[in-house]
Amino acid sequence: MALIRFAPQTGFRNPWAEFERIRQELDAFSRTLAGETARPRATVYPPLNIAEDADNLVIKAELPGVRAEDLDISIEGETLTLQGKRAPRHDEENVSYHRREIETGSFSRAITLPTRVDVDKINARLVNGILTITLQKAAEVKPRQISVTTD
Amino acid sequence: MGEKELTVQEKQEVQHKGETTRPEKYFVPAVDIFETDNEVTVVAEMPGVGSKGVDISLQDDVLTIKGSPEPEPESDDRRILLQEYESGNYLRRFTVAETIDQDKIEASMTDGLLKVVLPKAAPARPRKIEVQAG
Repeated sequence: MALIRFAPQTGFRNPWAEFERIRQELDAFSRTLAGETARPRATVYPPLNIAEDADNLVIKAELPGVRAEDLDISIEGETLTLQGKRAPRHDEENVSYHRREIETGSFSRAITLPTRVDVDKINARLVNGILTITLQKAAEVKPRQISVTTD
Repeated sequence: MGEKELTVQEKQEVQHKGETTRPEKYFVPAVDIFETDNEVTVVAEMPGVGSKGVDISLQDDVLTIKGSPEPEPESDDRRILLQEYESGNYLRRFTVAETIDQDKIEASMTDGLLKVVLPKAAPARPRKIEVQAG
Protein backbone atom coordinates (compact mmCIF):
# COMPACT_ATOMS: atom_id res chain seq x y z
CA MET A 1 0.00 0.00 0.00
CA ALA A 2 1.43 3.33 -1.02
CA LEU A 3 1.83 6.03 1.54
CA ILE A 4 0.54 9.17 -0.12
CA ARG A 5 0.84 12.36 1.81
CA PHE A 6 -1.59 15.12 1.16
CA ALA A 7 0.10 17.91 -0.71
CA PRO A 8 0.40 20.88 1.58
CA GLN A 9 -1.31 24.00 0.27
CA THR A 10 1.61 26.30 0.87
CA GLY A 11 1.86 27.69 -2.65
CA PHE A 12 0.67 31.14 -1.65
CA ARG A 13 2.60 31.37 1.54
CA ASN A 14 5.90 30.17 0.14
CA PRO A 15 6.44 31.16 -3.46
CA TRP A 16 9.89 29.49 -3.45
CA ALA A 17 8.34 26.07 -2.98
CA GLU A 18 6.97 26.30 -6.50
CA PHE A 19 10.41 27.13 -7.89
CA GLU A 20 11.85 24.20 -5.99
CA ARG A 21 9.23 21.90 -7.49
CA ILE A 22 10.01 23.16 -11.00
CA ARG A 23 13.72 22.68 -10.40
CA GLN A 24 13.21 19.09 -9.25
CA GLU A 25 11.11 18.29 -12.29
CA LEU A 26 13.67 19.84 -14.60
CA ASP A 27 16.34 17.74 -12.91
CA ALA A 28 14.29 14.62 -13.47
CA PHE A 29 13.73 15.67 -17.08
CA SER A 30 17.40 16.24 -17.78
CA ARG A 31 18.15 12.82 -16.32
CA THR A 32 15.81 11.19 -18.82
CA LEU A 33 17.49 13.12 -21.62
CA ALA A 34 20.88 11.82 -20.57
CA GLY A 35 19.50 8.30 -20.93
CA GLU A 36 20.01 7.47 -17.31
CA THR A 37 17.54 5.39 -15.44
CA ALA A 38 15.52 6.90 -12.66
CA ARG A 39 17.39 4.69 -10.21
CA PRO A 40 18.78 6.79 -7.39
CA ARG A 41 22.51 6.59 -6.94
CA ALA A 42 23.84 5.84 -3.54
CA THR A 43 26.39 8.30 -2.27
CA VAL A 44 27.14 6.51 0.98
CA TYR A 45 28.36 2.92 1.19
CA PRO A 46 26.63 0.48 1.16
CA PRO A 47 23.95 0.87 -1.53
CA LEU A 48 20.62 -0.34 -0.22
CA ASN A 49 17.50 -1.89 -1.67
CA ILE A 50 14.40 -1.35 0.39
CA ALA A 51 11.07 -3.06 -0.21
CA GLU A 52 7.91 -3.40 1.79
CA ASP A 53 4.95 -5.68 1.92
CA ALA A 54 1.89 -5.54 4.12
CA ASP A 55 3.69 -6.60 7.29
CA ASN A 56 7.40 -6.11 6.78
CA LEU A 57 10.03 -3.74 5.61
CA VAL A 58 12.97 -5.49 3.99
CA ILE A 59 16.34 -3.75 3.66
CA LYS A 60 19.08 -5.39 1.64
CA ALA A 61 22.70 -4.50 1.17
CA GLU A 62 25.52 -6.15 -0.69
CA LEU A 63 28.42 -6.51 1.71
CA PRO A 64 30.85 -9.00 0.20
CA GLY A 65 33.76 -9.82 2.44
CA VAL A 66 32.19 -8.39 5.58
CA ARG A 67 32.00 -10.82 8.45
CA ALA A 68 28.89 -10.92 10.60
CA GLU A 69 30.92 -10.01 13.70
CA ASP A 70 32.26 -6.87 11.99
CA LEU A 71 28.77 -5.59 11.37
CA ASP A 72 26.84 -3.42 13.77
CA ILE A 73 23.20 -2.59 13.25
CA SER A 74 21.32 -0.34 15.62
CA ILE A 75 17.96 1.34 15.67
CA GLU A 76 17.03 4.47 17.49
CA GLY A 77 13.57 5.84 16.99
CA GLU A 78 13.07 5.79 13.24
CA THR A 79 16.75 5.83 12.36
CA LEU A 80 18.51 2.65 11.43
CA THR A 81 22.28 2.75 11.50
CA LEU A 82 24.47 0.30 9.69
CA GLN A 83 28.13 0.29 10.62
CA GLY A 84 30.96 -2.04 9.95
CA LYS A 85 34.27 -2.65 8.37
CA ARG A 86 35.77 -4.82 5.73
CA ALA A 87 39.02 -6.16 6.98
CA PRO A 88 41.73 -7.30 4.60
CA ARG A 89 41.52 -11.06 4.27
CA HIS A 90 44.77 -12.21 2.90
CA ASP A 91 48.09 -12.16 4.62
CA GLU A 92 50.30 -9.94 2.59
CA GLU A 93 53.70 -11.49 2.89
CA ASN A 94 55.81 -12.25 -0.16
CA VAL A 95 52.88 -11.42 -2.34
CA SER A 96 52.91 -9.24 -5.40
CA TYR A 97 49.62 -7.67 -6.35
CA HIS A 98 48.57 -7.46 -9.98
CA ARG A 99 45.17 -5.94 -9.39
CA ARG A 100 43.65 -4.40 -6.34
CA GLU A 101 40.04 -3.41 -6.84
CA ILE A 102 38.44 -4.66 -3.65
CA GLU A 103 38.59 -1.88 -1.11
CA THR A 104 38.96 -2.39 2.58
CA GLY A 105 37.86 0.05 5.23
CA SER A 106 34.97 1.10 7.38
CA PHE A 107 31.48 2.25 6.55
CA SER A 108 28.56 3.84 8.31
CA ARG A 109 25.17 4.63 6.93
CA ALA A 110 22.07 5.88 8.67
CA ILE A 111 18.65 5.84 7.10
CA THR A 112 15.30 7.11 8.23
CA LEU A 113 12.76 4.36 8.08
CA PRO A 114 9.68 5.22 6.01
CA THR A 115 7.36 3.72 8.58
CA ARG A 116 7.32 2.85 12.23
CA VAL A 117 8.57 -0.62 13.11
CA ASP A 118 8.38 -3.01 16.00
CA VAL A 119 11.89 -2.74 17.43
CA ASP A 120 11.62 -6.12 19.15
CA LYS A 121 11.00 -7.98 15.92
CA ILE A 122 14.00 -7.16 13.77
CA ASN A 123 15.83 -9.92 12.05
CA ALA A 124 19.14 -9.50 10.28
CA ARG A 125 20.87 -12.21 8.26
CA LEU A 126 24.12 -12.16 6.32
CA VAL A 127 24.18 -14.88 3.68
CA ASN A 128 26.71 -15.04 0.82
CA GLY A 129 27.65 -11.43 1.37
CA ILE A 130 24.11 -10.09 1.25
CA LEU A 131 22.66 -8.55 4.35
CA THR A 132 18.90 -8.82 4.71
CA ILE A 133 17.24 -6.89 7.52
CA THR A 134 13.58 -7.71 8.03
CA LEU A 135 11.71 -5.24 10.17
CA GLN A 136 8.17 -5.90 11.21
CA LYS A 137 5.94 -2.88 10.87
CA ALA A 138 4.44 -1.54 14.05
CA ALA A 139 0.92 -2.76 14.69
CA GLU A 140 -0.61 0.69 14.24
CA VAL A 141 0.71 1.14 10.68
CA LYS A 142 -0.19 -2.31 9.40
CA PRO A 143 -3.16 -2.31 7.07
CA ARG A 144 -6.26 -3.58 8.78
CA GLN A 145 -9.31 -4.97 7.10
CA ILE A 146 -12.48 -3.24 8.14
CA SER A 147 -15.55 -5.29 7.55
CA VAL A 148 -18.69 -3.52 6.54
CA THR A 149 -21.88 -4.69 8.11
CA THR A 150 -25.40 -4.03 6.95
CA ASP A 151 -28.39 -3.83 9.16
CA MET B 1 44.45 1.05 6.62
CA GLY B 2 41.21 -0.10 8.13
CA GLU B 3 40.04 3.37 8.98
CA LYS B 4 39.50 4.38 5.39
CA GLU B 5 35.89 5.03 4.53
CA LEU B 6 34.49 2.73 1.91
CA THR B 7 33.07 4.44 -1.14
CA VAL B 8 30.27 3.37 -3.39
CA GLN B 9 31.47 1.68 -6.54
CA GLU B 10 28.83 1.55 -9.22
CA LYS B 11 28.43 -1.86 -10.75
CA GLN B 12 29.72 -1.98 -14.29
CA GLU B 13 27.89 -4.03 -16.84
CA VAL B 14 29.89 -6.38 -19.03
CA GLN B 15 30.51 -4.85 -22.43
CA HIS B 16 30.80 -6.67 -25.78
CA LYS B 17 29.81 -10.07 -24.54
CA GLY B 18 27.46 -10.93 -27.35
CA GLU B 19 23.76 -11.15 -26.92
CA THR B 20 22.14 -13.54 -24.54
CA THR B 21 18.94 -15.41 -25.21
CA ARG B 22 17.67 -14.68 -21.74
CA PRO B 23 17.25 -11.16 -20.44
CA GLU B 24 20.05 -11.36 -17.91
CA LYS B 25 22.39 -8.75 -16.67
CA TYR B 26 26.08 -9.43 -16.33
CA PHE B 27 28.24 -7.32 -14.08
CA VAL B 28 31.98 -7.10 -13.81
CA PRO B 29 33.04 -8.21 -10.34
CA ALA B 30 35.80 -6.30 -8.60
CA VAL B 31 38.86 -8.48 -8.19
CA ASP B 32 42.13 -8.73 -6.35
CA ILE B 33 44.84 -10.71 -8.09
CA PHE B 34 48.06 -11.54 -6.35
CA GLU B 35 50.90 -13.86 -6.98
CA THR B 36 53.35 -15.79 -4.89
CA ASP B 37 56.19 -18.00 -6.07
CA ASN B 38 53.90 -21.01 -6.22
CA GLU B 39 50.48 -19.76 -7.15
CA VAL B 40 48.29 -17.04 -8.55
CA THR B 41 45.21 -16.13 -6.50
CA VAL B 42 42.14 -14.37 -7.83
CA VAL B 43 39.60 -12.99 -5.36
CA ALA B 44 36.34 -11.71 -6.83
CA GLU B 45 33.41 -9.94 -5.20
CA MET B 46 30.22 -11.82 -5.98
CA PRO B 47 27.60 -11.01 -3.39
CA GLY B 48 24.57 -13.30 -3.47
CA VAL B 49 26.35 -16.11 -5.23
CA GLY B 50 26.53 -19.40 -3.36
CA SER B 51 29.14 -22.09 -3.94
CA LYS B 52 26.76 -23.85 -6.34
CA GLY B 53 26.35 -20.81 -8.55
CA VAL B 54 30.02 -20.45 -9.46
CA ASP B 55 31.41 -21.61 -12.77
CA ILE B 56 35.16 -21.43 -13.31
CA SER B 57 36.98 -22.57 -16.42
CA LEU B 58 40.49 -22.25 -17.76
CA GLN B 59 40.82 -22.79 -21.47
CA ASP B 60 43.59 -21.64 -23.77
CA ASP B 61 45.08 -19.52 -20.99
CA VAL B 62 41.78 -17.69 -20.51
CA LEU B 63 40.34 -17.92 -17.05
CA THR B 64 36.60 -17.33 -16.96
CA ILE B 65 34.81 -16.77 -13.70
CA LYS B 66 31.06 -16.66 -13.75
CA GLY B 67 28.61 -16.44 -10.91
CA SER B 68 24.84 -16.65 -10.77
CA PRO B 69 23.13 -15.51 -7.60
CA GLU B 70 20.66 -17.75 -5.90
CA PRO B 71 17.13 -16.82 -6.94
CA GLU B 72 15.27 -14.78 -4.38
CA PRO B 73 11.82 -15.79 -3.24
CA GLU B 74 9.39 -13.48 -4.98
CA SER B 75 6.57 -11.99 -3.06
CA ASP B 76 3.56 -10.66 -4.95
CA ASP B 77 2.59 -7.74 -2.79
CA ARG B 78 6.13 -6.51 -2.32
CA ARG B 79 6.66 -2.92 -3.32
CA ILE B 80 10.08 -1.42 -3.95
CA LEU B 81 10.73 1.77 -2.02
CA LEU B 82 14.37 2.28 -2.91
CA GLN B 83 16.65 0.52 -5.33
CA GLU B 84 20.25 1.62 -5.28
CA TYR B 85 21.82 -1.51 -6.67
CA GLU B 86 20.87 -4.10 -9.21
CA SER B 87 21.39 -7.80 -8.93
CA GLY B 88 22.53 -10.01 -11.74
CA ASN B 89 25.14 -12.43 -12.85
CA TYR B 90 28.86 -11.84 -12.67
CA LEU B 91 31.30 -12.51 -15.44
CA ARG B 92 34.96 -11.75 -15.93
CA ARG B 93 37.73 -13.16 -18.06
CA PHE B 94 41.46 -12.98 -17.64
CA THR B 95 44.32 -14.10 -19.80
CA VAL B 96 46.68 -15.98 -17.53
CA ALA B 97 50.29 -15.39 -18.38
CA GLU B 98 51.68 -18.18 -16.23
CA THR B 99 51.52 -21.88 -16.91
CA ILE B 100 48.93 -23.25 -14.53
CA ASP B 101 48.54 -26.77 -13.25
CA GLN B 102 44.91 -27.17 -14.29
CA ASP B 103 44.22 -30.21 -12.14
CA LYS B 104 45.08 -28.44 -8.93
CA ILE B 105 42.92 -25.34 -9.27
CA GLU B 106 41.00 -24.76 -6.08
CA ALA B 107 38.08 -22.44 -5.53
CA SER B 108 36.15 -21.45 -2.44
CA MET B 109 33.29 -19.10 -1.70
CA THR B 110 33.04 -17.26 1.60
CA ASP B 111 30.81 -14.30 2.47
CA GLY B 112 30.26 -13.44 -1.18
CA LEU B 113 33.95 -13.51 -2.04
CA LEU B 114 35.18 -16.05 -4.54
CA LYS B 115 38.75 -17.17 -4.14
CA VAL B 116 40.42 -19.10 -6.93
CA VAL B 117 43.89 -20.46 -6.33
CA LEU B 118 45.79 -21.33 -9.49
CA PRO B 119 48.97 -23.29 -8.72
CA LYS B 120 51.78 -22.70 -11.16
CA ALA B 121 53.01 -25.67 -13.11
CA ALA B 122 56.51 -26.76 -12.12
CA PRO B 123 58.51 -25.20 -14.99
CA ALA B 124 57.07 -21.78 -14.35
CA ARG B 125 58.46 -21.58 -10.85
CA PRO B 126 61.45 -19.35 -10.63
CA ARG B 127 64.75 -21.12 -10.78
CA LYS B 128 67.80 -19.64 -9.38
CA ILE B 129 70.44 -19.30 -12.01
CA GLU B 130 73.90 -18.99 -10.75
CA VAL B 131 76.11 -16.66 -12.60
CA GLN B 132 79.62 -17.88 -12.66
CA ALA B 133 82.38 -15.47 -12.61
CA GLY B 134 84.97 -16.36 -14.97
